[in-house]
Amino acid sequence: MLVELGHFALILSLLVALTQGVLPLAGVLNSNALWQSSARPLALLQWSLVAFAFAVLEVAFLQSDFSVLYVSEHSNSLLPWPYKMAALWGGHEGSLLLWVFLLGVWSSAVALFSKTLAQDMVARVLSVMGMISSGFLLFILTTSNPFARLLPAASEGQDLNPLLQDPGLVIHPPMLYMGYVGMSVAFAFAIAALMAGRLDTVWARWSRPWTLVAWTFLTFGIGLGSWWAYYELGWGGWWFWDPVENASLMPWLVATALIHSLMVTEKRGSFKAWTVLLAIAAFSLSLLGTFLVRSGVLTSVHAFASDPARGIFILVFLALVVGSSLTLFAWRAPTVSLGSPMALLSKETFLLANSVLLSTATLAVLLGTLYPLIIDALNMGKLSVGPPYFNVVFAPLMVPVLFMMVPGALARWREAKWSQIKPFLILPFFAATIFSLGLSLWMGHQDAGILLGFWLGAWVAFASFQQVAWRAKQGLRMGGSFLGMQIAHLGLAVVVLGVTGVKNFEIERDVRMGVGDQVTLAQYHFKLVDVKEVRGPNYKALRAQVNVTKGESETVIKNLTPEKRFYLSSTMPMTEASIDSGFMQDLYVSLGDVLSGPTPQWSMRVYYKPFVPWLWAGVLLMVLGGLLASFDKRYRAPVLAGDDQAHDQEPEVHETHHASQSHDLASTHNA
Amino acid sequence: MTLAILSESKCWGLCGLNVARAFLALTLACVLMQATPFGVHAEEAKPLAEDPVVEARLVDIAQELRCLVCQNESLASSRADLADDLRREVRSLIKAGKSDDEIRTFLVSRYGDFVLYRPKIKPLTYGLWFGPFLVLVLALVFLYQHLKARAATEQNTSALTPEERERLRAILKEQ
Amino acid sequence: MIQKKFLIPLVLFLVLVVFLGVGLRRDPKEIPSPLINTAAPDFDLPTLKGEGNFSPKAYWGRVWLFNVWATWCVSCREEHPVLVAFAKREGVPIVGLSYKEIQPSDEDKGPMSLESKLSLARARSFEWLKKHGDPYQLSVLDLDGRVGINYGVYGVPETYLIDAKGFIRYKHIGPVTPEVLAQEVMPLVLELQKEASAKSSSNATPSQSSSQHYALQ
Repeated sequence: MLVELGHFALILSLLVALTQGVLPLAGVLNSNALWQSSARPLALLQWSLVAFAFAVLEVAFLQSDFSVLYVSEHSNSLLPWPYKMAALWGGHEGSLLLWVFLLGVWSSAVALFSKTLAQDMVARVLSVMGMISSGFLLFILTTSNPFARLLPAASEGQDLNPLLQDPGLVIHPPMLYMGYVGMSVAFAFAIAALMAGRLDTVWARWSRPWTLVAWTFLTFGIGLGSWWAYYELGWGGWWFWDPVENASLMPWLVATALIHSLMVTEKRGSFKAWTVLLAIAAFSLSLLGTFLVRSGVLTSVHAFASDPARGIFILVFLALVVGSSLTLFAWRAPTVSLGSPMALLSKETFLLANSVLLSTATLAVLLGTLYPLIIDALNMGKLSVGPPYFNVVFAPLMVPVLFMMVPGALARWREAKWSQIKPFLILPFFAATIFSLGLSLWMGHQDAGILLGFWLGAWVAFASFQQVAWRAKQGLRMGGSFLGMQIAHLGLAVVVLGVTGVKNFEIERDVRMGVGDQVTLAQYHFKLVDVKEVRGPNYKALRAQVNVTKGESETVIKNLTPEKRFYLSSTMPMTEASIDSGFMQDLYVSLGDVLSGPTPQWSMRVYYKPFVPWLWAGVLLMVLGGLLASFDKRYRAPVLAGDDQAHDQEPEVHETHHASQSHDLASTHNA
Repeated sequence: MTLAILSESKCWGLCGLNVARAFLALTLACVLMQATPFGVHAEEAKPLAEDPVVEARLVDIAQELRCLVCQNESLASSRADLADDLRREVRSLIKAGKSDDEIRTFLVSRYGDFVLYRPKIKPLTYGLWFGPFLVLVLALVFLYQHLKARAATEQNTSALTPEERERLRAILKEQ
Repeated sequence: MIQKKFLIPLVLFLVLVVFLGVGLRRDPKEIPSPLINTAAPDFDLPTLKGEGNFSPKAYWGRVWLFNVWATWCVSCREEHPVLVAFAKREGVPIVGLSYKEIQPSDEDKGPMSLESKLSLARARSFEWLKKHGDPYQLSVLDLDGRVGINYGVYGVPETYLIDAKGFIRYKHIGPVTPEVLAQEVMPLVLELQKEASAKSSSNATPSQSSSQHYALQ
């Protein structure tokens, strides 16, 4: 009964979403203030209904109600309750419900935190979001209903895929989806601004914090996915250039470009058409990702069970949403003004270069991901594009990005002088050179790639420290925006150092070990001490105990316990690797198969992975930076005429405030 | 597709053993464990592979090859039966002194270009390999010209006084 | 006012949508064989009945089907009745390739000798064919899967159509259905048989493209 109520709530939600999509917009066209004002309450109502449906499905999971088909396919009565809850997004139908739920969260947030935005703009933005919600709700109700019944009810569920029974699953999809879905806000703002013919600094100012928060979630979600794959899959990989991973990387790259481009539009009124295009692209790539994962056009380990009928629906939806946005763009973009002038050497050009490079990188990833499909569609054969391609094409594009991050942050708006930037480049340049040489010497070997990777990471990191220190010394205020930028850039630098380190210096050994045997990697000795059987809530496992000592010392510094688990509901044994994370490296052991022989032996895979913790630390730093930047004071203060005082990007106290900006603010606020 | 079902059951991100074998191994291990004394002095574990040099080369080559059964994994990491068989073939080809190219040709002639993770550079893949670079160059050229054109318009308006320039900007903005 | 350059994103996007739409009809997992229209790789394998080894050379001059199967293959049970009916009806010879009948799990208790593997494989296969019907003129035993690899086998079942000159002309991946046999296989068989009888006077022998096939011991 409750289940049917949940289903009904979704239907109602669709109706409300359709109203939300149409009524406020009609109100704008008719100058009907009442209709326009319906946007906020409709958005909130729509979300409440979806939230109810979501709650109903969660209750069904927690109660192990196997009369609900979706629950019976993805859960089991022995499943620990956190996984029962997370199982809701373990399959196609439920994950779509999560998508729509989070879309409602973002819409409601926009409804609640836009009090100082002109009403007609609010109406347009929420209308667009309502239309998107309608599309997804329609998709769920017609092709992917999570409330379908299974009668007679199953006595026991099929269990959640053991690979997904992990804390990583509980948090990775919600975080990732918050990012994907969050891009719809910047998208809605862009469409609203195009519709209104008002692409100005106010629009950019509004879009930026929302884009920053979405970017932060997306960064966190991607990082979590990498980390989860690393410890869960048992062979120490953390990025495979799998199509679904690429589907999350592409919006991230474009969102990064968007954040930086919005800066220019906000401060200088420039690049409006390009920024709008980026905003459309970011969300389009989110939708494209949804299509790729659920339609079956690409082989991927992440892909949900595919169904061409679903694929057609999503493709049509994608075509409509993106097609109409790009048509609107083609129609309205030519009329936007150019904005304030800029010299060839200026902050603007650095940020523009950033945009170009990141967009090219996105194109490269998109090309590599879709090339097999294109060639197959043209009947010209079947080929594969894998990590060798992406590594060759992607990395070189990132080199200039990393290099330019430092002078870019230092350059002034409108016109930068080389004489002003140069003094701040000397320290990072030499410090990075010393660091890079020193670290590679210490690690054992060097080549161009290693030296360059370490150098670029150190270059950005030292520059960040230097710029913060300089600012502190000057006694200048460091707002969220400035600190956020420096910390996020530092985070990226740390990731680059981590990638360079682990790719070039990791050691892997596949050995056969009996009790008492040991293997040595770097200066670490791994000794197999014991193998025994243990029991879990819904599995049996073979657990090995490996003691780790370092160098000459006899003291056991770590106890690793890799397991091979046999879940009662599955025929597949699961490898649970055991990892010890230090500051500079991970020690990683994976238990393999039993080997036949006179004495019992097991195949063990042992890894020494230096710098891996830096990958995760870097991601966390980027997340922290994003949060700091999102909640900068000036975004929380109401947007009043002449209030645009934030110039906290460069180590320079004075900046001429352009009258044109306050002119913009005054005009739009009065609309 | 039913063909896929058999292979898919082995391909949940890990291609593993079947239960019967695993449980048998489990009981065997437990039984024998009682008999093995502890405290034997540490012996350096032997590598799993018979010939680590050949194995290292195998891993290098196999990492850039795609498993045909578990198509999301490389030939190096896949645990599918066919992957085992193909690794065995590559090993014997290495021991027979074949070059990396010859080994790749061996597999491509049987399974097609699909098996290569690094697409061959041929007219069919020119777009793939050179596309991004070309786009970058074109974008930079376009950008440079756009910025110069902008600077030129600014030059043309330098005949105006600062107030007149402001007025012009305001007028342009309202369009 | 619509300026041409602002239409570029839309145009590119629509091209992408078309490709994605076409892609929906394709199966990304299916691997077409590069061996079509090349000489069928030679082999010399023991037969199920033990009457001496078989090589495809023995079938030069005939158009025949080469079907990869195994008793452990679930999908093969699906296609088997179709093959049995086809063999009875059409009289096109079908040669079976018993692919890796002995699985790794059979050797859990210890490695088996070649003789014991052959006898176990034969026993299982006979029992299975008795139960499900035998469409094959003969079946060869590929215990280690090497012949399968030479033919580009990556899953079971797969079926090849080989012409009178010993060239592979068609490959079907997955279980054969009556539709596939009627619409794709039989027309090609008739065409090839016509070809064969037209050339039956000239003793054309296929040339092995030796540069690409390494004979494995």
